Amino acid sequence: MGEVRAAIRFILNDEDVALDSVPATRTLLDYLRLERRLKGSKEGCAEGDCGACTVLVGRLRNGELIYRSVNACICFVGSLDGAHVVTIEHLSAPDGPLHPVQQAMVDHHGSQCGFCTPGIVMSLYGLWMTSPDPSTSQVETALQGNLCRCTGYAPIIRAGQAISQYGAPAVDPLVAERARIKARLATLGGGRRVEVGQGRDRIIVPASADDLASAYLDNPEATLVSGATDVGLWVTKFMRDIGPLIFVGEIDELRGIVEAEGALVIGAAVTYAEAADAMVSRFPQLAELWGRIGGTQVRNMGTIGANIANGSPIGDTPPPLIALEATVTLRRGGARRTLPLENFFIAYGKQDRQPGEFVESVQVPLLPAGERFACYKISKRRDEDISALCGAFRVALDARGHVGSVRIAFGGMAATPKRATSVEAALLGQAWTETTIEAALPAFATDFQPLTDMRASAGYRLLAAQNLLRRFHLETTGGGQRLTREVA
Amino acid sequence: MNKQSAITASPLHVSVPHDSAIKQVAGRADYVDDLPEPEGTLHAYLGLSSRAHAEIVAIDLDAVRVAPGVVGVLTAGDIPAENDISTVHKHDEPVFAHRVVEHHGQAIFAVVAVDREAARRAARLARIEYRDLPHITDIAAARAAGGQLVTEPLKLERGDVEAGFAASQRRVKGTVTIGGQEHFYLESQVALAIPGEDDEITIQASTQHPTEIQVMVAQVLGIPHAAVTVNMRRMGGGFGGKETQGNLFACVAAVAARKFRRAVKLRPDRDDDFSITGKRHDFVVDYEVGYNGDGRIQAVTATYAARSGYSADLSGPVTDRALFHADNAYWYPAVRVQSQPLKTNTVSNTAFRGFGGPQGIVAAERWIEDIAYALGKDPLDIRKANFYGTDSNNITPYHQVVEDNVIHRVVDELEQSSDYQARRRAILAFNRKSKVLRKGIALVPVKFGISFTATWHNQAGALVHVYRDGSVHLSHGGTEMGQGLHTKVAQVLADAFGIPLEWVKITASNTGKVPNTSATAASSGTDLNGMAALDGANQIKARMGTHAARLHGVDPAEVVWQSGGIRVGAKLMRFDELATSCWMHRVQLSAAGFYMTPEIYWDRSTGRGRPFYYFAYGAACAEATIDTLTGEYQVDRADLLEDVGRSLNPAIDIGQVEGAFVQGMGWLTTEELWWDQKGQLRTHAPSTYKIPLASDVPRVFNVRLAEWSTNSKPAIGRSKAVGEPPLVLGYAVVEALSMAVASVADYRIAPRLDMPATPERVLFAVERMRREGAAT
Repeated sequence: MGEVRAAIRFILNDEDVALDSVPATRTLLDYLRLERRLKGSKEGCAEGDCGACTVLVGRLRNGELIYRSVNACICFVGSLDGAHVVTIEHLSAPDGPLHPVQQAMVDHHGSQCGFCTPGIVMSLYGLWMTSPDPSTSQVETALQGNLCRCTGYAPIIRAGQAISQYGAPAVDPLVAERARIKARLATLGGGRRVEVGQGRDRIIVPASADDLASAYLDNPEATLVSGATDVGLWVTKFMRDIGPLIFVGEIDELRGIVEAEGALVIGAAVTYAEAADAMVSRFPQLAELWGRIGGTQVRNMGTIGANIANGSPIGDTPPPLIALEATVTLRRGGARRTLPLENFFIAYGKQDRQPGEFVESVQVPLLPAGERFACYKISKRRDEDISALCGAFRVALDARGHVGSVRIAFGGMAATPKRATSVEAALLGQAWTETTIEAALPAFATDFQPLTDMRASAGYRLLAAQNLLRRFHLETTGGGQRLTREVA
Repeated sequence: MNKQSAITASPLHVSVPHDSAIKQVAGRADYVDDLPEPEGTLHAYLGLSSRAHAEIVAIDLDAVRVAPGVVGVLTAGDIPAENDISTVHKHDEPVFAHRVVEHHGQAIFAVVAVDREAARRAARLARIEYRDLPHITDIAAARAAGGQLVTEPLKLERGDVEAGFAASQRRVKGTVTIGGQEHFYLESQVALAIPGEDDEITIQASTQHPTEIQVMVAQVLGIPHAAVTVNMRRMGGGFGGKETQGNLFACVAAVAARKFRRAVKLRPDRDDDFSITGKRHDFVVDYEVGYNGDGRIQAVTATYAARSGYSADLSGPVTDRALFHADNAYWYPAVRVQSQPLKTNTVSNTAFRGFGGPQGIVAAERWIEDIAYALGKDPLDIRKANFYGTDSNNITPYHQVVEDNVIHRVVDELEQSSDYQARRRAILAFNRKSKVLRKGIALVPVKFGISFTATWHNQAGALVHVYRDGSVHLSHGGTEMGQGLHTKVAQVLADAFGIPLEWVKITASNTGKVPNTSATAASSGTDLNGMAALDGANQIKARMGTHAARLHGVDPAEVVWQSGGIRVGAKLMRFDELATSCWMHRVQLSAAGFYMTPEIYWDRSTGRGRPFYYFAYGAACAEATIDTLTGEYQVDRADLLEDVGRSLNPAIDIGQVEGAFVQGMGWLTTEELWWDQKGQLRTHAPSTYKIPLASDVPRVFNVRLAEWSTNSKPAIGRSKAVGEPPLVLGYAVVEALSMAVASVADYRIAPRLDMPATPERVLFAVERMRREGAAT
């Protein structure tokens, strides 16, 4: 290990910040509100679901400065090294004119109680910087992670589409002063490991993948944190002492997306948002699912690697990845091993991962021509909801129209993401007909004995899973129909 | 002050923005947790029951006391006076549970520490020993256990019900289940108590009812009301959830502030807020309706069972209001309805926008739907056949005459503007050809009674000061939770004085300025406080006018108020000049305004009276599509038409209607409260409790006010209340889903979709249609 820097450094609005003493689990929201008395960002839920705390975080990506909306309530200060944090206070001076986003909200009566409003303004701001004339769908997507209980959203959507009538992004400070911020950010990094604090209250920001491997071997009790969309709740809801924390989100070697040997290789620290184009262009069948993973802020924070490593039975990416025969590469020190993703999940809360071992990448083989693939997520609310169940189906038919190969995987149906092997067996070799499908349906009960919980009953899960197979068959035989949010 | 702007058009009936809009979009609007904390402020946190119903055998707080940062703990024994905050004085709602806990999440103790995190961490270290008792979570279990009530039920009866049934050609019996709803105000409960001299204490709280906080704090501390001052600038949402539910937090903060002689703040985490505070009552309504072949209802009997939770709170008036809306907009020749406010081991359910009225209306719409499917007709035809008349067939089950009925015009206009008939035909055609996706459309009316049914609550006060420069200080008994009340009352004052809106300074609600206030609730905020403020303005104007007349030697009758000031003969005296002149001549420029709603009375023992000053009307047409494989759905279009009389502020009123519709839709579709076997609420945060998102808003959303309407009563500016009535418009979505479900059995079977109509309930309803449709 080389020289260590002993401070987390970032830019907060216009100010350079260097923290050489900060609790490992200090959230950005608490830092803003309690330490900096910046009270504009609100706490509505402390679990990354309501968006009242939304701020923008800017980072250098391939030489560009990209701003993304994030939930400050579950974002640890330790993860912000090298970032530009922009809060609602940065948009207009108390004695100055309102920002175009703000003026549009006022003129369209977009606030009532006003508590969600700062977060909504920040989400709309993030959208407007890159999409000055957004469609209704774009506004809805930008607001997927923002709850408003008063307005019914209609005036907010109208405001979101009118911002450019009040000014152009070109004159916005974060756009116009990009070169200056980039230069400042470039001076913050430096290729050194950052370590702050002692013992369990320690923050480690490794300088490289090798440095991570070494740091994790030295501290196998540490918690690895990338987007913190789940780990954040361990702190804010369960008040667990999970330090030391090793922040992996900015390690370059874990941030790659490359296509190699017929597979898409995604680094463990790539966020859902960053992976979207690469995944959806190669697997257009995942477009709908990808837009329904968490809300926009969660997709900006959460990573595919952690979605896997976390081992949740209701993670959104494992079912389609298992159906696609993805493999996962684990690393411990200098040793690497690669295994089929489905084998990684052993039991509830238990994965095939040794102390000091971490997920480095996931490999997703491209779909051979002629194979049919689909993924369906069912949740109580369409967007920003956790799956009641999520099913992925893949089938290859032989020349006679019989099932040559089939892989079906589900989340939400068992203690882990799991294949429907009995259903697969009932389909394999059979003619791809409605009769075959109907005959295979009882096998679901062999594969799955789902739970009844607050998201759905066991009976619903089983029936809906069966109906998803019916849907997949209909869609592969020309009879498919799906709900769509598109305007007629 | 800009004198040039003195002559302006009246701001009344104009769409001016919310008074706090600029601060809100800039993040500069302060909520209680944003206020600067007094030096040395401590933070309290509550320790909660982990059992639904149990005896408390022992409370061991040793580990809590010695935890880092802890200053002390509070239990029932630390309450100086009464350990009770029952809002209806039934002594059934302790601050801290003592000897027994009656719901999961009930407060047992509080820990006070130097910061909130320390208090929160310490609260988890308590060791509480319980002896479990049988617990009752839902309505069915409560009935099975004998049906203990939390408060006295109500019965309304009019006409000869037995004769009505005997004369009916057909009958239908049924049961409808309607879920509860969490308020999900974005700002959770919060209170800051600041001790003063002697026994004085000041409370900053997020509350719809500062006087109630004042009374409860006084009761718990054993001090006079006059020693307690409650200040409230704005809430981050209320919806009824801050009418009584803030009392616990304010009282605990106050007890801690008294004990430790320091300012104490208490703000629960969202999950704890869900677990501690009451919600909208869920109802099971059992009904029997007699009707004729033309769809006309002859007789109705129904029992409205509600999950009240462990204490009475407002369950009495809430279930009463359900009965008051058992008729919605329909004439029942004979009717008998009764309430059953059941005790359960769950949070004590409370006020929520509509206050039981929506549940009453939803039940009425269910039997309308039953009749329509039984007769093979469009439910809209059944509705029209049963509307109240204007001159006859216009007496409610509580014997009030409906004098202002405009439902026919509202529904006819919406039927036209939404193109209902053509779209319904198109949907029937679509469903004949579509295998997986099915559509439905519904047009639903709403009539909603305006006034607190507890007549004494229909009073309000205001304090109006005119300063020497002509600026006006406004304080009234209402509270601002986002609904634009302050904006509207400021508009009233600016109009009354003929001054620009900016000259009216809106200030926090404060029990020291306006005493003995009613909750800002029952949609009454503007009606009551607008009139009280106007009364204050009129008192001051009378004195100013008398002064102006004397000054110019004319008869007071020759003084004319107009925009910008006062005209005396040919001379205009600007308002600010007049104010200065009044002060120089020792004319009082301050007044306490007062208002009480006229005409209303209610005798609960006989079930007769005129509880409502007037009615507000509205209608919604919704279209939805369901996926018959999964039960998922989307709302394709909604058209709303709401009668708000002569709107004081159309933009704010439209905002109320849009917001209420979406909130009502959420209540009846995706918002599901789910308790586990142990009686623990498991949907206790936005990750598990799903309120609507932007992408749930109807794809096409047309919202209009009935611009022709004017209140037949002399309410403020001839406007009508708007807060609650449009919430029920969300029911149109459920009935559109129901029609889509019914299509699976060719509309031969009433779909009877219960609420919330989650994808699961929709799919199971579809399955029932498949099953029963095949059998018939």
